Amino acid sequence: NEGKELSKEEKQRLRKQKKQQKKQKERKNEKSETEKEKTPVSLLPPPRPVATQKAPSALPAPASAPIPVPASAPFHSSPAPSPADKPAKSKAELKAERRARQETDRAAKQPGSSSSGIKTKVPLSELNPVVKRLPEHVQVDDPAVVKRLAKKLERQQIPLRSDYGYKVSLFSHLHQYSRKAPLTQQLSIPSTVIHPSIVRLGLQYSQGIVAGSNARSVALLHAFKQVIRDYTTPPNEELSRDLVNKLKPYISFLNQCRPLSASMGNAIKYIKKEISNIPSQCKEEEAKTKLLTCIDRYIEEKIVLAAKAISKYAIEKISDGDVILVYGCSSLVNNILCEAFEKSRKFRVIVVDSRPRLEGREALRRLVQRGISCTYVLISALSYILPEVSKVFLGAHALLANGYVMSRVGTSQIALVARTFNVPVLVCCETYKFCEKVQTDSFVSNELDDPDDLMVTRKGKTQLENWQDVSSLGLLNLVYDVTPPDFVDLVITDLGMIPCTSVPVVLRVKNLDQ
Amino acid sequence: MPGADKEADLTERIEAFLADLKRGGCGTGPIRGSGETARETTALLRKVTAQARWSSAGDLMEIIRKEGRRMTAAQPSETTVGNMVLRVLKIIREEYARSRGSSEETDQQESLHKLLTSGGLSEENFRQHFVHLKANVIEAINELLTELDGTTDNIAMQALEHIHSNEVIMTVGRSRTVEAFLKDAARKRKFHVIVAECAPFCQGHEMATNLSKASIETTVIADAAIFAVMSRVNKVIIGTQTVLANGGLRAVNGTHTVALAARHHSTPLIVCAPMFKLSPQFPNEEDTFHKFVSPHEVLPFTEGEILSKVNVHCPVFDYVPPELITLFISNIGGNAPSYIYRLMSELYHPEDHDL
Repeated sequence: NEGKELSKEEKQRLRKQKKQQKKQKERKNEKSETEKEKTPVSLLPPPRPVATQKAPSALPAPASAPIPVPASAPFHSSPAPSPADKPAKSKAELKAERRARQETDRAAKQPGSSSSGIKTKVPLSELNPVVKRLPEHVQVDDPAVVKRLAKKLERQQIPLRSDYGYKVSLFSHLHQYSRKAPLTQQLSIPSTVIHPSIVRLGLQYSQGIVAGSNARSVALLHAFKQVIRDYTTPPNEELSRDLVNKLKPYISFLNQCRPLSASMGNAIKYIKKEISNIPSQCKEEEAKTKLLTCIDRYIEEKIVLAAKAISKYAIEKISDGDVILVYGCSSLVNNILCEAFEKSRKFRVIVVDSRPRLEGREALRRLVQRGISCTYVLISALSYILPEVSKVFLGAHALLANGYVMSRVGTSQIALVARTFNVPVLVCCETYKFCEKVQTDSFVSNELDDPDDLMVTRKGKTQLENWQDVSSLGLLNLVYDVTPPDFVDLVITDLGMIPCTSVPVVLRVKNLDQ
Repeated sequence: MPGADKEADLTERIEAFLADLKRGGCGTGPIRGSGETARETTALLRKVTAQARWSSAGDLMEIIRKEGRRMTAAQPSETTVGNMVLRVLKIIREEYARSRGSSEETDQQESLHKLLTSGGLSEENFRQHFVHLKANVIEAINELLTELDGTTDNIAMQALEHIHSNEVIMTVGRSRTVEAFLKDAARKRKFHVIVAECAPFCQGHEMATNLSKASIETTVIADAAIFAVMSRVNKVIIGTQTVLANGGLRAVNGTHTVALAARHHSTPLIVCAPMFKLSPQFPNEEDTFHKFVSPHEVLPFTEGEILSKVNVHCPVFDYVPPELITLFISNIGGNAPSYIYRLMSELYHPEDHDL
């Protein structure tokens, strides 16, 4: 296990070293020696015996000296130049290298976790540029990124979905797809690259048949279970590495059908980790059953049991005679209300809905079926109905690391007006939806839905019928928005009831556990 | 007899007008806009003045009040009707005072000094007969009509003072005044307009198509996205159904949300409202302030079984308190909401406030 991790890190480091040495070679031909001397300092690799064996072989210069620090080899191999301060610099350099080596040794001796042992040996200057690469789906206005994506999809043999309609200039960096042109139309039947259950899932996503954060994650995990069941390891390959590579085109395909949600992202990270943690001597059948039980356990723990825990906490907050306002259709909030009703709390519910998705009607049906007395209004009637309300329960799509709540568009409005009327706002969210992203407005990272959904036909007339023909008219159908933490009074999670600003604490605790 | 014909004609016109008002109670709004309603009311009142039999100003005022009460009872939410009746009553009082020779100012203001020196309520009973009163009143009403005709243009003329280039302006639903305002500014400046569609009647769609035909960059958003896009908006310009006596608004539903979002982002909220929309009413209790229409726009009958178990509301208006408003633009210029009460005392006489 350790050996494998080492080799991955080694490979990355070697690649970096090769690049740097190529640069050095060029500079060596052009410039003076002083610059070359500077670069080795930044190239301090960890003092691992494997590294020292491999790195010198990668060096262009004929460094034969068995020096433990290979980066200084180019320095030694270069012809002795004239500047008098060179020997002084070499001494200073060697000192610096020795110091760095001592530091890393000291850090290695500390009782850190096994994986962090590798990380601490990474020199300090390399720790800083850990900038995550921006995901492609928020860089649509950059043609280089789009071309790169197209090449990647071509390699994976997945069709590229084209944008539809005039995009409002504020959102030119996002994709806008039409529901009438699903990606599956461009796939050949039968598709050899993509598993059929994934194709079906992608179609369900893009048509909106499976919607809602929890539903999408659970559907994704079930589809992956089917994929694992049907998987056979090809000869000369290891299950742990090959299965992860097989999953990559599926994920790209699903991303093309509909951008992945934060919860799906976390689930995929978990699966990939579990797969790569499978020991190489494990037999295939055993490995597959292990993975299937892992996925089942994930669903059970993070979604089902979490919902039960959240209901338990939330029911404490519901008292008799309450008038509760909910927005749209959140499976978690519906669950809470049904459980509270089973426990014979007397309350009534006001369901607020908005065009064009009108998801509140689904929530209304579910609640009315249980016998809860409900009222139904559209979001424009919010100021009329809020004086009657005692509490607001909202669901979330993701909780961001700076305390903002990312949820269905309109949630921030409800929180704003509720705050004006001094009505408490409670957000219910499982911990698996917490993500490391930070965001302050609803523009930089969002999803644009089909703009044709905004059209409506009243009395036989559709006002916006030919909106495509009018050049100065645009329709904007946003899917998500972010709510600032000062509008939210409480977040109910499976770990307890926390304020909005404690999300990074929970994330840190989770990372340490893993 | 020609007189009887004319009277029958008049009553017919009044009945037709009342029927229109009653029918205009459905959600899509009155059949004609407020400006047209105001003009129609004033024209009818002029006809009443011309044809009805009256000998003194007091009689005329009684007749007008009676007709006014009938008209406001047909559609209480259509306040322009009541406002026009009050304007005409004020005109009659002014003309009477001018004919009598006394200056207008002293009659209007109720000061403590006046109360003490006059020893009780004013003795005006409007019983004197003046020959030229009828002609003067009709002339004054004609002036009022010309003023009404020019209100939209007067407001639109001020557009360039308030809109600069490359602005993003947000508006809600459909208002003819705001449409004219924006179109006038678009002749010289380039800016973007975001229109909130204002469900369930989606009048914002019509506004957007009209604006885009005038080559203004328009975007239609759903009501739910108002707060999400507000951070990029420079100004919010809205119209209203009524301006209340405290400077607040009775506007189409969803406006309160827009006002709150604008206050949160410190975006100025500008209301384009002509003076005939100013009403001497204060915001009432909930049950008289709001008007509801058929909820089938919100939850259609196709939803089936759950309809009988659910309460559905479809209110038409929203109350916006004066603290959220930055500026009123009317045909007589720009005003702060705190000044509205002064304007009211210039337009209407305090004794007429309850018809």
